[in-house]
Amino acid sequence: MAKLGKIKWKHYINYIAIAIVTIVFGAMSFANLLPSSTVYLLEKIAISIILAVSLSMVVGFLGELSLGHAGFMCVGAYLGGKVSCLLEPVFGNGLITLIISILVGGLIAAACGIIIGLPALRLKGDYLAIVTLAFGEIVRSIFMNSGEESFGGSLGLSTPRYDKSVLFIFAFVLVLGCLAVVQNLIRSKHGRAITSIRDNEIAAHATGINVTKYKLSVFTISSLFAGIAGVLYSFSNFRVQSTNFDYNYSIEILVMVVLGGMGSINGSIVAATLITYLDTTLQTVLTGNLAVLQDLFYALILIILVVYNNAPALSAFRATHNLSVFFEKLRKHDPAHRRDDEAKWDRVPTKIEMNEILSVDIQSTSSTVDPDKKEGK
Amino acid sequence: MEFIETLISGLSIGSTYAMIALGYTMVYGIAKMLNFAHGDVIMVGGYMIFLTMTALGNPVVGLVAAIIFCTLLGITIEKVAYKPLRGASPLAVLITAIGMSYLLQSMAQMIFGSAPKMVIVADFGNLKLGSLSVPVYTLITLGCSVVIMVILSLFVKYTKVGRAMIAVSEDRGAAQLMGINVNGIITITFAIGSALAAFAGFFMLMKSPSLSNTLGAMPGIKAFTAAVIGGIGSIPGAMVGGILMGVVEAFSLHVPAVAPYTDAIEFIILIVILLVKPTGILGKVRREKV
Repeated sequence: MAKLGKIKWKHYINYIAIAIVTIVFGAMSFANLLPSSTVYLLEKIAISIILAVSLSMVVGFLGELSLGHAGFMCVGAYLGGKVSCLLEPVFGNGLITLIISILVGGLIAAACGIIIGLPALRLKGDYLAIVTLAFGEIVRSIFMNSGEESFGGSLGLSTPRYDKSVLFIFAFVLVLGCLAVVQNLIRSKHGRAITSIRDNEIAAHATGINVTKYKLSVFTISSLFAGIAGVLYSFSNFRVQSTNFDYNYSIEILVMVVLGGMGSINGSIVAATLITYLDTTLQTVLTGNLAVLQDLFYALILIILVVYNNAPALSAFRATHNLSVFFEKLRKHDPAHRRDDEAKWDRVPTKIEMNEILSVDIQSTSSTVDPDKKEGK
Repeated sequence: MEFIETLISGLSIGSTYAMIALGYTMVYGIAKMLNFAHGDVIMVGGYMIFLTMTALGNPVVGLVAAIIFCTLLGITIEKVAYKPLRGASPLAVLITAIGMSYLLQSMAQMIFGSAPKMVIVADFGNLKLGSLSVPVYTLITLGCSVVIMVILSLFVKYTKVGRAMIAVSEDRGAAQLMGINVNGIITITFAIGSALAAFAGFFMLMKSPSLSNTLGAMPGIKAFTAAVIGGIGSIPGAMVGGILMGVVEAFSLHVPAVAPYTDAIEFIILIVILLVKPTGILGKVRREKV
């Protein structure tokens, strides 16, 4: 019991939330209460969460920009879909086919990540963005022009149909796995190294951190999960078409990461859910030329949020107007949370200051009186 | 003969890329940022030409209107989106630039609809020399771009503003201490880059009259690739890289077996160049300082 109390629940809240959602919807699905549109939405949300969390690792924690996330997803979708097509006659459309194709799709996407990351990550600056963007286009044009019998060409690749009532549960289990990997990596010693590269690459290098190794591994893991999300996509849509994995899709994933807050995994999860939900609901509301309003909205989110969060001129304003200050104020109203001896530090105390704090109890009360006032008397 | 025809077509595409690449490379050299919205300024210029052409019917007036509008647009984008972020992390600037590009595209689609517009700027026909047949617009494109590039090179080399641009790209802090108005120079750079984008939009419409809101997206990316191949930040590098890109594209489109993979080939060249010579053909190696 004592051990349980020590667990920081807020570190596991996202696992618990996703597990509860999965169990509730899973139970509803087995009771045949879920319409097929909700099932499809849930699958899409799971895919988006995997994509957003994996991109957040690169953008939010490593501080590099990848614009080819949809490209890695495309690789996973085509190759995973192809493998499942080949395996279906042998194993049927069961769990074995699912797992093997997920593994194959993810690993090949990861291999592409290594190939792309090697030249781009050695360089500083915006090269990764442009190379990943180029990669997305290369992948798309290769699959688009592939033969009918290999990857379906421009018509797209049809994939086997799976039991829809179970597929989304499997997708959410994968979400949990992705979260476990990403969160444990970020919270480990390696995660500290990764964020230190983001904050100051030269200083990180000087401290003995192997910058290239970390950059490459983060990028590879991120593309692995993008590939896995692609395989899930191919299962969920029955048909993989290269036109779906264009540049705009990469931007949409980036919007999820930026909206959720760069460097916040839970934020990415919430934003991915929100945007995917909005996407599907708005699709029926906004038709024709109005559909572009959604893109306009995404563009404005990107610009306004990034300028607000990063502009040096707004730093004083940001310090007083943000959500954590707001919540702090809410908590302050609660007398149960107020403590008289609450220390207020706006910075980490130095060693001398720390000694002063610690020595207060030992010293007599007279010596703590301000010396200036004494002399004034 | 076919070889020469393809080469001329490649040079013409390449000079268009070079015009766009100049905008990228100058902004990159001076503001140290990748202006993703640059390609979409071309598209806005295209729509400006479309509007003036339907109203007045004169392509030259259209070009002038496009140049003025694009210049103002470039300055506005810089002031509104990029200037507040000066001194912030490069990632933030990059994401804002992507947002800007997305914003321009979606606004254009909202105003003009998603169906492509046909803009027939001018039809000059073909020039025949013996068995050689070359479309006249390729020669106009080539000639205009050479003139513009020469003027730009002279401007950068011999005028006070041009020298100030070089100084800012070498060392922003030192340039400021020498009394150069760095913010002003960055604004001028954006203005020049956007004016070149308007020219590029005009050349692209001469080549194919179909105008949609993604007109500038792909050429923009390719031109940036060209700038990287030539050495980002270097003005002659952008020209060399652009021409190289164009020639590769023309020859690759000419061979039926590889034609569908043209884009892929160009981007693979980028990756290979980054592996072999990351600074590009004419780029300088810069020591990194803390």
